[in-house]
Amino acid sequence: MAERSFAKEVQKLKLGQGETLRCEGILAITKALLECGVGYVGGYQGAPISHLMDVLADAEEILSELGVRYEANASEAAAAAMLAASVHYPIRGAVTFKGSVGVNVASDALANLSSSGVTGGALIIVGEDYGEGSSIMQERSHAFAMKSQFWLLDPRPNLQSIVKAVEDGFELSEASGTPVMLMLRIRSCHVTGSIETRDNIAPPLSVKAALSNPQRDFSRVVLPPMSYAHEQDKINNRWPKAEKFIMEQQLNERFGPDRSQVGIVLQGGMYNSVIRALQRLGLADLHGDTQVPLYVLNVTYPLVNDEFLKFCEGKESVLVVEEGQPEFIEQGLSTMLLRAGSTVRLFGKDILPMAGEYTGQVLLEGVTGFLRKAAPELLSGQVLAPNSVAPSFPDLSASVPIRPPGFCTGCPERPIFAALKLVEQELGLHQITADIGCHLFATLPPFEIGGSTMGYGLGPASNAAFGGGGERRPISILGDGGFWHNGLSSSIGNMVYNRSDSVAVIVDNHYAAATGGQDLMSSRAESKSKSTNHPITKALKGVGVDWVRQIDRTYDVPKMREIIREALTTDYDGPKVIVASSECMLNKQRREKPLRNKAIKEGRRVEAPRFGVDEDVCTGDHACIRLSGCPSLSLKKLDDPLRDDPVASIDQTCVGCGNCGEVADAAVLCPSFYRVDVVHNPGWIEKLCTRFRIQIINWLQSRRQRGKLEFVEL
Amino acid sequence: MNLKAQALDPQMKGLIKLAVMAVGGQGGGVLTSWIEAVAQANGYAVQATSVAGVAQRTGATIYYIEMAPDGERAPVFSLAPAAGDVDILIAAEMIEAGRAILRGFVTPDRTTLITSTHRSLAVSEKMVPGDGTVDSRDVRVAAEAAAQRLIMFDMEKVAVDSGSVISSSLFGALAGSGALPFARETFEEAIRASGKGVETSLAAFGQAFSVASNPETPAETVVAAGSKKYRVQGSEKLLQNWHLLLRRIQEFPTEVQEITTAGLHKVVDFQDLDYGQSYLDRLDRVLGKDHAHEGFRLTREAAKYIANAMAYDDVIRVADLKTRGNRFQRVRGEMGVSSEALMKITEFMHPRAEELVGLLPVRWGRKIEAQKSWMERIEHYFCKGRRLRTDSFFAFALLYLLGGLRGWRLRSLRHATEIEHMERWLSVSLGYLDQNYALAVEVLRCRRIVKGYSDTHARGLSKFDRVLEGIALVSARKDSADWASRLREAALKDEKGEALDGALKTIRSFV
Repeated sequence: MAERSFAKEVQKLKLGQGETLRCEGILAITKALLECGVGYVGGYQGAPISHLMDVLADAEEILSELGVRYEANASEAAAAAMLAASVHYPIRGAVTFKGSVGVNVASDALANLSSSGVTGGALIIVGEDYGEGSSIMQERSHAFAMKSQFWLLDPRPNLQSIVKAVEDGFELSEASGTPVMLMLRIRSCHVTGSIETRDNIAPPLSVKAALSNPQRDFSRVVLPPMSYAHEQDKINNRWPKAEKFIMEQQLNERFGPDRSQVGIVLQGGMYNSVIRALQRLGLADLHGDTQVPLYVLNVTYPLVNDEFLKFCEGKESVLVVEEGQPEFIEQGLSTMLLRAGSTVRLFGKDILPMAGEYTGQVLLEGVTGFLRKAAPELLSGQVLAPNSVAPSFPDLSASVPIRPPGFCTGCPERPIFAALKLVEQELGLHQITADIGCHLFATLPPFEIGGSTMGYGLGPASNAAFGGGGERRPISILGDGGFWHNGLSSSIGNMVYNRSDSVAVIVDNHYAAATGGQDLMSSRAESKSKSTNHPITKALKGVGVDWVRQIDRTYDVPKMREIIREALTTDYDGPKVIVASSECMLNKQRREKPLRNKAIKEGRRVEAPRFGVDEDVCTGDHACIRLSGCPSLSLKKLDDPLRDDPVASIDQTCVGCGNCGEVADAAVLCPSFYRVDVVHNPGWIEKLCTRFRIQIINWLQSRRQRGKLEFVEL
Repeated sequence: MNLKAQALDPQMKGLIKLAVMAVGGQGGGVLTSWIEAVAQANGYAVQATSVAGVAQRTGATIYYIEMAPDGERAPVFSLAPAAGDVDILIAAEMIEAGRAILRGFVTPDRTTLITSTHRSLAVSEKMVPGDGTVDSRDVRVAAEAAAQRLIMFDMEKVAVDSGSVISSSLFGALAGSGALPFARETFEEAIRASGKGVETSLAAFGQAFSVASNPETPAETVVAAGSKKYRVQGSEKLLQNWHLLLRRIQEFPTEVQEITTAGLHKVVDFQDLDYGQSYLDRLDRVLGKDHAHEGFRLTREAAKYIANAMAYDDVIRVADLKTRGNRFQRVRGEMGVSSEALMKITEFMHPRAEELVGLLPVRWGRKIEAQKSWMERIEHYFCKGRRLRTDSFFAFALLYLLGGLRGWRLRSLRHATEIEHMERWLSVSLGYLDQNYALAVEVLRCRRIVKGYSDTHARGLSKFDRVLEGIALVSARKDSADWASRLREAALKDEKGEALDGALKTIRSFV
């Protein structure tokens, strides 16, 4: 069950000709796919494109009504490989994953697909995770398009343009026999807006029907000498066909006056930000009518020589706005100008920064800098010589602490890392590698466990060099998502085959939690359309791991610690794998909270736990926080002149997971934590017994009070 | 053809740019969709964007909305806020307002800043053994300078009081600010249309609206800092003796009376009136050596830290605090438990051998403590993690009996150890008094380092010892008091004492 449900929204996918759909980018893309008669869709979740997978999953019924096959692929590689269906069959297919890491994983399949070429339109929708809010290393997917020769679309970031790009992408793919990648930046995936809808179209040839008439043609297979022919075909046939299609269909757009001393060439995705810079300079109006000619590359690969040179005609200077590094587009355009013997001066990364996101501020400064050099007459006096001094405020850089992401309230992974930290306090520091997933937050304070992350499912693999043993065993972390994505073979298989004397901890929260709580093979939920409940331990035994320990309640910190200690100290010198399972708290709360509220309302007996801290007992040393970091466990300054430091305090968002109490116990911290179980709608016997008990306790309390002074707070 | 400079498009003035800076989990997404709905209902073209990724997992995150009166043609909206170009900035937490100012999203020419003053502490602030919380007063000052208009109050409290989440009070403050040209009803309609938690959201919205729309009402009632007020009750004889002790305090200089009263209160509550007597005796000793021209700083600090040292955290005190009459009422209130519901309380206790042996008479205790095998045996048989249900009779009775050992306490090993430690510390401080008054004061303040239970307590004691050693090294210097304070702050900075090690290394480099 995904974090966000689109069950209601997907009903809008049924809208027909001439209606208006107001929605987010991801829903618009799905609608466009259906309007284009797509035959199969799939992908692998990951920000910023996770929700597209969620939409597809929630829309499965609508998809199957149209005869569209939906596959939740095991990895990006599996998703890209699925596009093989479009090699021989005239069926449109689309898959989605994130860039650039998803593209890395998929690159083998993408390269082979590009070599073979396609018959039906093949579209790869990539959520480019670049810039602010990104969760990965900063690279571009652009390079993959260049090396494998598939085409790259980067449409203007409004829903209408994005929807058009889906259709253009399929047509371009079919016209040139080449797969097409449609790239969307982080914010475009979630941008809201409206589109005019059309009727959905059932695929002219469904994948089901195709099975009745299998196709094969060895000239498409990537083997010599066909692979040599593929390379020639890419350059000599597919490329010119693509260029022709791009020009004829005017996929790239021109805005502004035809003639001017200057012009700007930009990636489609940069359009709104460039217009905003021009608007702020008085060179464009609210609706984007610009005084500076723009050549908008909705197709960023291949670049179209003739179109670009035509844009440059009569201009003295042109600015290239290209986000990310290196400057592939700028280099391509420079070559074109040089070969044409042009005198047009090209500006780009000499004025704009080479690295980093092109934010509003960066573009305003960049465009101003360009115009200042190339056409100062376009700038108003105020811009050229501002007479007001920029206001200055107190410097806050020391007052604003960083706030990186962390484990959610009640997260079942926290006790695993608390246990690991406690074991390290006992046995000393260990070599630890991390992996991709929520558990990667353990590398940050307060845990600081794990020092590298090499890729999804590669945690144990990245500890392979240390598998030969030593004074202390290496430890690696792997999530359940990573395990099924790549970890089973690349990490676990690797450990078994190489007789690795190391410990792998598989953090199993029953979902691909970091990407939004999608189901996995090992999810314990029942799924209507997918096969779940395949235990990780069974897979481990299957590939030959003999030392496996499963814990089904990670909150049991003493037990967790015991198992980790055992794995680190046992005589057994083969691979040791601990599967630490507890359900993702976000998902659990989403499932259980409405049911609990309903039960309370209906008068049924319900127990609800929550933790608290006795502030008199807490001494304010914050040792508990250093073993937790839970958002609901915070600090409170006491109104007491005798106290210097704030004490621990638990707020009303506490879900009563139990970690606080377990950690206080396991680490022998302090007795200030207590758990309260509120019993809603108790039965009459329970009420009676409680009243009796309270009376005895009250009697004892007042008895003690008699002999001493009592201070009653007013 | 060469183009010329142009004036700004007057229609750009109708464009409203709004950014929300939130911490993941605060309902920023809900707030964004409400704002979008309200703009649409008022005939505006609107676009919202967000960055949903791992930033949602409690990290800092930004939502961004642009809107303009709808016309024939669609406006071109930006997808991200730009420095110097934000009309309305909503910060769902005080430091996030600071982050917005730092990034240039709040400028005096255009920005209405709507921020909640509450703090949601970052992990880096919470994990410090001392007080690592940053002072949000700087942000307050900067906000006043940076914003064109400023609406600032505790919107988290408004939301929680109404049983809602902060997104609704932020929305109410936005509506009340009048920064958006829309009627109140249209905002409320957006909440109703979303269909979830409508009643509580509307209540929080209404509260925040009235605070934000009425600049006359003080946005915040500043709680005067100071000690809690108590009513003292007991038998007549006890009260009489209590007043005798209070009278002794009245003879103290006025500067030290308040803190001494608080201290006396703490030690009497910890043990009894005689114990309070001995507290005042110790203070008398300090006061005798103190000077009026120093403002009796030494006695003030002594009053505070001697009280803390005398009211140490032993098993008896914890058991006593856990079984007091008003505790159950307090917990019930803090947890918001309704009167119809029952409440079970589970305590997490894990005493160590040291704590149990600490209960024994001094001589026995010392003997056992010296023998490792005995300590291990006690640890093995008695010291498991215990979960005690203090609402049940037997667990309550156990803690009740332990808490009743108060009369025994002064004969216990723990008491002897604590008093010994305190006397040593006091004499170190007073030893410096003649040569360096400020240093003596700083040494008293070092008592702050000793806190926590078991390992944390042991670590605190060792840090305390190292700090005093460091102080001894520099005691002859003029700036020794500065060094003492620096060492103490360093000791409170991290768990392992790395900052303290660094500071000590620096000291050793020049002595």
